[in-house]
Amino acid sequence: MLTLEALTLRQGDFTLHADWTLAPGARLALIGPSGAGKSTVLASIAGFLDPEAGRILWEGRDLRGTPPGKRPVAMLFQDGNLFPHLTVARNVGLGIRPDLKLTAADRDRVSAALTRVGLAGMEDRMPGSLSGGQQSRVALARVLVMDRPLLLLDEPFAALGPALRAEMLELVSALCDDTGATLVMVSHAPEDAQRITGLTCVVADGQAAPPVDTAAVFADPPQVLRDYLG
Amino acid sequence: MARSPVAVILGGAVALAVAALILGPLAAVLWHAGGAGWPSPSDWSAVRFTVWQAVLSAVLSGALAIPVARALARRRFLGRGVMILALGAPFILPVVAAIAGLLALFGRNGVLNSALAAFGLPGIEIFGLHGVLLAHVFFNLPLAVRLLLEGWRAIPAERFRLAAQLDMPPGAVFRLIEWPMLRQRMPGVLAVVFAICLSSFAVVLILGGGPAATTIELAIYQAFSFDFDLGRAATLAVLQLIMVTVAALLALRLARTDGMGAGLDRPMAIWTDRPGLRVQDAAVLILTALFIAAPMVLLVIQGLPALVQMPAVVWSAALTSLAVALASTGIAVLAGLALALPRRGLYDSIAMMTLAASPLVLGTGLFLLIRPFAFPGNHILAITAVVNAAAALPFVLRSLAPDLHATEDGFGRLADSLDLRGWARLRWLILPRLRRPLGFAAGLAAALSMGDLGVIALFPPPDTATLPLQIYRLMGAYRMEAAAAASLLLVALSFGLFAVFDRIGRHADT
Repeated sequence: MLTLEALTLRQGDFTLHADWTLAPGARLALIGPSGAGKSTVLASIAGFLDPEAGRILWEGRDLRGTPPGKRPVAMLFQDGNLFPHLTVARNVGLGIRPDLKLTAADRDRVSAALTRVGLAGMEDRMPGSLSGGQQSRVALARVLVMDRPLLLLDEPFAALGPALRAEMLELVSALCDDTGATLVMVSHAPEDAQRITGLTCVVADGQAAPPVDTAAVFADPPQVLRDYLG
Repeated sequence: MARSPVAVILGGAVALAVAALILGPLAAVLWHAGGAGWPSPSDWSAVRFTVWQAVLSAVLSGALAIPVARALARRRFLGRGVMILALGAPFILPVVAAIAGLLALFGRNGVLNSALAAFGLPGIEIFGLHGVLLAHVFFNLPLAVRLLLEGWRAIPAERFRLAAQLDMPPGAVFRLIEWPMLRQRMPGVLAVVFAICLSSFAVVLILGGGPAATTIELAIYQAFSFDFDLGRAATLAVLQLIMVTVAALLALRLARTDGMGAGLDRPMAIWTDRPGLRVQDAAVLILTALFIAAPMVLLVIQGLPALVQMPAVVWSAALTSLAVALASTGIAVLAGLALALPRRGLYDSIAMMTLAASPLVLGTGLFLLIRPFAFPGNHILAITAVVNAAAALPFVLRSLAPDLHATEDGFGRLADSLDLRGWARLRWLILPRLRRPLGFAAGLAAALSMGDLGVIALFPPPDTATLPLQIYRLMGAYRMEAAAAASLLLVALSFGLFAVFDRIGRHADT
């Protein structure tokens, strides 16, 4: 269970408040205008930004002071999710052991994860030789082997076409089904939220509102969301 | 962003050691001199000339390097690799040998003046300010080109592809893609050239001199060797240290280190070209090649005939120099990496301080420090290796820092989120991304040490010698053919060391 408790985030002049709880296994889309602070929320959960006030709790445990790599979090950024100088297998293997001292069993897990995302046999390729969709799949294979209970997506598929993006989100959805992970994703596109997340959090006017049912919020959007959707 | 405490402590320890190496000898000189006196009018005039020639040298080298580096970055032609390698040559040429080559070309009886005379034209004068500038540009233009070329390589190929896609005219490509890189790198390049020229010694000794063209460095030498006036030398050394430290701090403040964004290591895109640009690039490259190659060709013509009958001491000196150079390279690269990894401005400044340390002052200070315990001549090879390593540190850091920043800016968050720390981060992220500048830095360190004639000239050991010292001795004995031949061997060794290290670093993308 993820809890943002009376949370205040500050970056320069910008502040954002949030005070809500997300049930285990839930899937939440953060939606709202550019610059409203969607990525800021993810950055604070991932440990890249310390809260100004309030707490971020996972299973009741305060995450303050826990470095990003030690949090129960797997995160995909907007870009730069792969190391271009490492093979596909090593990029995925980093999710198991950051020092890449992989056992035969670890390497089998890497191959299995690559197969699961549709990249069987691509272990020795370099990221630069892959298509954008394939690069996203490699990153997702790493998420799979990391096996962290909380998955954060900061629009990693924004550069992909609608069909490919939909395909990736389906894959994310399937992976979350496999692992039971809780998903929090930033989205610009309402259809993404409607496709895979049951819950939506509207981020606007310095507030990350408590999550509400996605179908309900789009059936009767609040004014800020109405303004955003146009 | 996570900075390993081990890295910070290690970097701090190395920074302390470097500071002690620089400040210790200076303190010894000051103490021995019983405090330094106030600078005399001739000292101030040396200060003015030093700054003026260093500013001109840095601006000329930096400005001329832009078209050359750009032409090299965007053209593929036969011999391009050779040319990039050759651009390292003037910098690693032993100064005395390089000046001999320049004199053979531009000197009073040089090829150029002979040609001018044959056409009845007035000759050019190489001695004085413009001779000093010519030599400094000869040494530093190629360095500036290499450092800027690293900058062009660090621009993600995706940017150029996007520009080609948008059919951006060359002016816009420069303004939007290349200028931001130059603005980030140029202050560092200018600072390095400026600092090198501030402490340039042999060039000014041979081409400068007299009241109108005396640098602080030359004045220090004169204070030591003519008057053994340690007080005046200390005064001048303090002026020198202050000036270069201020220059270095300013440059570090100006230097921008925001990342250029993470690319995916695709080969550089070929973009739409303009015929005028091709002509311009070709002309720039040909002129540069001539300027760099001609003095070396003349050196070969002078030295080659005597190469077969070189005295045995030259060969043993060559082996000694190799050992010193390799030891010095190891120290410089490890210390440079330790200073660069914590990414602290203070550590950077301390490394830059070694540029300010005159080898003459450093040598005298070390002499005074060591003399109570041992005869410095017995340890001169070890001292030379350490002092050479310290002298190479700024170049090592200048090479590593931008790519290190780009790596942390582009991949630091991802590495943090994967818990990639300590040794694993070094092994799997930083070292692979720094491979190219590491190779370049090691090549520089090795070649600089190989060709250095500094501390060892002050306290020459009776029974052994480095190759540059041996050449110096041959010259002193007026065995000019043997000296030229030994210079050629020295050039070959310096060049070879640089090529090997640089190639290891560049292996990945050719």
